Amino acid sequence: MSTPIVVDSISKRFGSFEAVRDVTFRAPAGAITALLGPSGSGKSTVLRMIAGLEEPNEGRIFMGDDELTIKSVQERQVGFVFQHYALFRHMSVADNVAFGLRVRKESKQTRDSRVEELLDLVQLTPFADRYPDQLSGGQRQRVALARALAPQPQVLLLDEPFGALDAKVRQDLRRWLDELHRELGVTSLLVTHDQEEALELANQIVVMHEGKVEQVGSPGEIYDEPATPFVAGFVGAANVLHGEVVDGHVHLGSIRIPGAAHLDEGAAAAAFVRPHDVVVTSDEDGTDAVIERVASLGWLSRVSLRLPGGETLVAHIPNDDLHGAAEGSTVRVDLRNPKAFMAPERDSQDETATLVS
Amino acid sequence: MSVAVGTQVAKARRGRRGLIALALVWVALLLLLPLAAIFWTVVRAGFSSVTHTLTQPDVLHAFQLTAIITVITVLVTGVFGVIVAWVLVRQRFHGRSLLNAMVDIPFALSPVTVGLAAVVLFGPGGWFQPFFAARGIQVIYALPAMILVTIFICIPFTIREVVPVLEEIGLDEEDASRTLGASVWHTFFKVTLPNIRWALAYGIALTTARAIGEIGAVLIVSGLIQGKTETATLFIYRAYEERQTAEAYVVALVLAAVSVGLLIVIEVLRHRQEKERTRT
Repeated sequence: MSTPIVVDSISKRFGSFEAVRDVTFRAPAGAITALLGPSGSGKSTVLRMIAGLEEPNEGRIFMGDDELTIKSVQERQVGFVFQHYALFRHMSVADNVAFGLRVRKESKQTRDSRVEELLDLVQLTPFADRYPDQLSGGQRQRVALARALAPQPQVLLLDEPFGALDAKVRQDLRRWLDELHRELGVTSLLVTHDQEEALELANQIVVMHEGKVEQVGSPGEIYDEPATPFVAGFVGAANVLHGEVVDGHVHLGSIRIPGAAHLDEGAAAAAFVRPHDVVVTSDEDGTDAVIERVASLGWLSRVSLRLPGGETLVAHIPNDDLHGAAEGSTVRVDLRNPKAFMAPERDSQDETATLVS
Repeated sequence: MSVAVGTQVAKARRGRRGLIALALVWVALLLLLPLAAIFWTVVRAGFSSVTHTLTQPDVLHAFQLTAIITVITVLVTGVFGVIVAWVLVRQRFHGRSLLNAMVDIPFALSPVTVGLAAVVLFGPGGWFQPFFAARGIQVIYALPAMILVTIFICIPFTIREVVPVLEEIGLDEEDASRTLGASVWHTFFKVTLPNIRWALAYGIALTTARAIGEIGAVLIVSGLIQGKTETATLFIYRAYEERQTAEAYVVALVLAAVSVGLLIVIEVLRHRQEKERTRT
């Protein structure tokens, strides 16, 4: 029943601004694919082009074997959920859900039973006669979802669906959407700037930056094997250590970080190390670091460390491994799973590592 | 210290009350007093003057003419007003700000000027006069010119009411409607129009009031032919000139009553709609 979506080298310009540049990916049938990126990365524009709300300047979009780009919005039969709900404010909840069915001239019987079914699905049956302005944000977004699903679309497009909600509601709704998707199995595309949301919900993530695709992969691949410095920095927190490539390692003073065999000897490089990959060790290969600050996060601590060369690192260390080491004392740490990239032009000469999150 | 603060608060309170009183007196003097004066004059003249006036053929014809002009004006400015407002808000094109400014021209011009412009275009020796004369259509000193100038004067009302509402609503609901398969027309009638209906109703109410009350432009283009091109306001004007003051006041009272009634209807409708939406 569900269909894959194929986006084939689409580009979109608004005047002289290139919003989307040569974007290609495939959203597998029945899965959730997340389009992840900071605001202005072009992810919403890609979604709107799939829906037909924007027209690409170049490229084609397919749903299964059907070319979408030659169809009008109305013919595409996609379900679209907007960040700010976009409910019809003069219609009751039931009428909102029934809208797509009325347009398709479904009989009143079909309509009523389908609306009932969907309101049950989104757990809003008692609210059928309410108007959108009498509902909370979370309830509104559930109505919007029911409305989008009512005409049984081939694909579901969600544009920052939780973006306007507060943290607690967002968490609940995310879990709820996950369950709903397992139940329905409709091919879904989720636009979000929240990496946690993407990692939790998606089967596949497309990371976008400045209108281009940086990487396509499973959440595990995106997190553990970032293909570009942008992905390493954007998905999950990471310390960035700048050094020089010597013998396949990134050298910062006396410290040698492995994993730079693919880079040119002598080149300036940046090594990305996740806070939880900074591990206390008794190993000879480790590096001595001075503890500058310790902030307890419960069972683990957020520790600011200063390396011999003066760079600072943020580490997430289980309290047990710290053995009560106080601020000012020295620990030996190992930098695990570093990812080394060619360094972009550096604009400052200070040696501190930066934590990007 | 606390004493000083206390007097400050008392002063501010007095100031607020003073402003409220001023607003009430202003409204009473300038809006209600004239209405009351007309009403009083008619009542004093007695009920017979009302029935006498309202059965005169000239008066009936004048009301009929005003009604025709008003209905056509409301239809035309309503339809085109919504179209122009939609274009102004939803489309980005060169000359958009020029169009936006042009919409207000009727506000800026004196109606007498509008009437004179119509004479230049359609009057004897006017630019379009030969065209219509050749087809046997009498424009000036007849109904067509009177409708034209009234429409011109009423253009801005609907547009200025609808534009801000369209801007506030944004595009999301229309986009949602289209992704659900609704055509452009279906989207307009089922989504956009219901959202702007109260703004449109206000625009229509203002247009109606203005069309009923218009005199300057109509005076110039009507030719003042008694019983033929005489609207209600023109009747008042002539009756007053001819010292038939009782008739003038009765007709004036009817016009005022229609306008006030119109405002009340709109208020009630809006109130009812709000109640409907907040029911649980």
